[in-house]
Amino acid sequence: MTAPPLVRPSPRRGGGSGLLRHVAGKVGGALVSLAAVVVLGFFLFRLIPGDPTVTMTRGRQVDEAQIAELRALHGYDRPIVEQFGKYVGGLLHGDMGTSLFYRRTVAELIGERVGPTLLLVGTSTLIAVTLGLWLGIRGAWRRDSPFDRASTGVALVGWAMPAFWLGMLLSMVTGNLFPSGGMRFSSTPPDFWSQALDVAHHMVLPCLTLIAVVYAQYQLVMRSSLLEEMNADYLTTARAKGLRDDQVRRRHAVPNALLPTVTLVFLHIGLVVTGAITVETVFSWPGLGLLTYEALAGPDLPLLQGTFVVLAGSVIVMNVLADLLYQVLDPRVRAS
Amino acid sequence: MGILRRLGSVVGAVGLVASPLAPAAQAQQPVTLRVAIIQQVDSLNPFLATYQASTEVGRLMYDYLTAYDAKDQRPVEGVAKSWEKSADNLTWTFTVPDGKKWSDGQPITAKDVGFTYNLMMTDKDAATANGSFVANFESVTVPDDRTVVIKTKVPQASMLALDVPIVPEHVWKGVGKIADYKNDVTPSVSSGPFVLSEYRANEFIKFKANKEYWRGAPKYDELHFIYYKTVDAAVQALDKGELDLVNRMGPAQFDSLKGKSGITLNKAQGRRFNELVLNSGAATKTGEPIGDGHPALKDVKVRQAIAKAIDQDAIIARVNGGYAERGTGPIPPVFPDYHLTPEKVRPFDPAAANTELDQAGYPKGSDGIRVGADGKPLKLRLVGHTSRAYDEQAGEYIKSSLADIGIAVDVQLVADTLLDEQGVAGKFDLIFSGWGTNPDPDFILSLHTCDSRPESPTTSGTTDTFFCDKTYDELYAKQGAELDPAKRSALVKQMQQRFYDEVPAIILGHDNSLEAYRNDTFASFTIQPDPGGVIMAQNGMWGYYGAVPVAAAGAASSGPSGLLIAGIVVVVLLVVGGVLLLARRRGATAGDRE
Repeated sequence: MTAPPLVRPSPRRGGGSGLLRHVAGKVGGALVSLAAVVVLGFFLFRLIPGDPTVTMTRGRQVDEAQIAELRALHGYDRPIVEQFGKYVGGLLHGDMGTSLFYRRTVAELIGERVGPTLLLVGTSTLIAVTLGLWLGIRGAWRRDSPFDRASTGVALVGWAMPAFWLGMLLSMVTGNLFPSGGMRFSSTPPDFWSQALDVAHHMVLPCLTLIAVVYAQYQLVMRSSLLEEMNADYLTTARAKGLRDDQVRRRHAVPNALLPTVTLVFLHIGLVVTGAITVETVFSWPGLGLLTYEALAGPDLPLLQGTFVVLAGSVIVMNVLADLLYQVLDPRVRAS
Repeated sequence: MGILRRLGSVVGAVGLVASPLAPAAQAQQPVTLRVAIIQQVDSLNPFLATYQASTEVGRLMYDYLTAYDAKDQRPVEGVAKSWEKSADNLTWTFTVPDGKKWSDGQPITAKDVGFTYNLMMTDKDAATANGSFVANFESVTVPDDRTVVIKTKVPQASMLALDVPIVPEHVWKGVGKIADYKNDVTPSVSSGPFVLSEYRANEFIKFKANKEYWRGAPKYDELHFIYYKTVDAAVQALDKGELDLVNRMGPAQFDSLKGKSGITLNKAQGRRFNELVLNSGAATKTGEPIGDGHPALKDVKVRQAIAKAIDQDAIIARVNGGYAERGTGPIPPVFPDYHLTPEKVRPFDPAAANTELDQAGYPKGSDGIRVGADGKPLKLRLVGHTSRAYDEQAGEYIKSSLADIGIAVDVQLVADTLLDEQGVAGKFDLIFSGWGTNPDPDFILSLHTCDSRPESPTTSGTTDTFFCDKTYDELYAKQGAELDPAKRSALVKQMQQRFYDEVPAIILGHDNSLEAYRNDTFASFTIQPDPGGVIMAQNGMWGYYGAVPVAAAGAASSGPSGLLIAGIVVVVLLVVGGVLLLARRRGATAGDRE
């Protein structure tokens, strides 16, 4: 750089390179986390007692040669460091290995299951966030009103309930209104509308369960961050300008209070995928959670590693997104 | 407002599509048997499939060389109609009759049989699931389209129990690598009563009736296996009418369906048993001791005393809810030809057990616990599965029973994989185990031969008892080569008597198979054996093949009404969303004006 030190770089250019550095830093950090997840996943699951080849052949007549061959086939006879090297090498090429149980590639199995999970988790998160934010804003604006107390109470009851228990309870009390499990009836006609309606019908109970147990956190965070803004001077100014109460809330208070909530929402989208494990099991929803559960029962090491990397990876990606979104939403972060 | 208009048209479209659809669907509804499937299907490729659910599904598509009769499980016609063996019992000739067809219309010939067996004998991957059946084959030849000649190295008693699905050569000769072939192409080319029509992993497996089936087509149109992750959910679905048939129920689930209208219960004789293994001296094939079993259990008198102190009937009543049969040898009463009824049934008699232990040199110490000659108190570990309620309940029962004869028991419940590891390494005193059994007793008997023990301390064998007894092994060799059914049956019973007397394990009980079906959709099923048998998990496909639908079964399906409700839900959601959006828009414009 030959530019004279007295000349200050223009704010725009400075902001640009700062942003780039910021993004690069975040992405770099995420990659480090992801690497840690890969290492952890590999070694952690090897601590599970039991030899996968013995599990695979449980109750069948196999001789030593066959066991040895199986071990060799899956590379379990190699030193653990070599196995790890091979695993990482595969991962870099997008190869997550082959499931011991299904004898199909892990990537293929995950690809098959990721759709139903995204559908279930996406829909329920969307509804839970909308509901939580709306209730949180209303509650904070009329603090300690009967509405506030009742809605906070209800939310906390939902938050405290175990998902599997609530799911079974809902399924019992709704009687014949909704299907007891699965994603569609096997007899539904194959055309798009019949299928879509059937899936929607099957999704009601698992969705309700997921919403009921998670929306409280959005509501409570929204409520408390809005409460913090309530006494701020700029609201008094806004009111002095003659704005209606409604507008003060919507135009001034809420946008500022939204910031911490947005971070939380993104952090939790990643976690919700994991949280879907119990709900998917109760309602036999053919998603990733169920796949993880099956992989654990084996243990089907390659499959377990694969689902672990994907689930943990989704949390990391959402974290990065939250960080980046913060940039857009909050000018202060952009400036610093 | 563009969004709103679009929403409106979507709502309209939903309404238009949903309303005429329901009655139309009802009118064409095929008669369908909907069955819960709880266990995973590991593969649809019959050469790879090992899980019970997979082999059960495989039987619907591919006949075996011979089948097991629905009534008494005797060998009957499968792909082959008749068979004869040579005087030296080494050569078997099977005849495949004219007129049988694959579902694609091609004839089923002896060549298909020869192809299947030869593939398993030459391709390692093809031997994955059922290789043990052909391991003793010298050669399989096909002199003409109707004849298969199988030569074995030594006489093989299971020649009429070859559980190998015969596949169509004209389809499978084009398959490249067997290990990579999923066999989920629809429609499948079947020789069995059903043709695979749709497979959605973890959702359902659908079959259509095979119109070409040589016994005649099934009496209904479609067979659907629907996945449920838990038996509880499946039971609920049966109760709601979303399913027609459920099995694998526990006593509590079975009892919860008692007296419900529209549901028929089937308590059947099962093929699974629970056992308590006593570590009578875990060792390798060469006799090198492994593990850390209690030395006192090597004494047969101690093992017999333990067996006498446990009230099996009480365990069945309290833990199995009465849904089990008393165990003697490993082979259950459902196979009466081989099931052992001991001449002298060991009584439940703690007093006698106490006396015998006193006499055998295990006096009680000051704390009431017996001590062996080596000064070691009789404190035993009992290992069970955390995942099984049976182990926990029966474990506590056994603990208190053995306390009555001065033996202390520490019940340790561990994860399945850990239990396997401890069992294989002989690191237990008492351990819960269990097996499913087949009509042919060879495999279950082989588990307790000296040869089933592990090669070395670090590898695993197939045995769970580590039993090694000269008498037992001699009888095992004899029964394997004995082709006269009556004589073989006597030998098998002698082996079990030896097992019963030596007590390497106590067979606690043979679980009943608990099933239920909706009698408003299906009137009857063929059970195996008859009477007292199961509908699902048979040695055959009779339960599904012989199902008779109630005349007007189709109308009762919940599919269309479900669709209607779903339609209403979606429409309501869209309308509410639209109204909210509209309200917001109004608010916004009002705000702008101010």
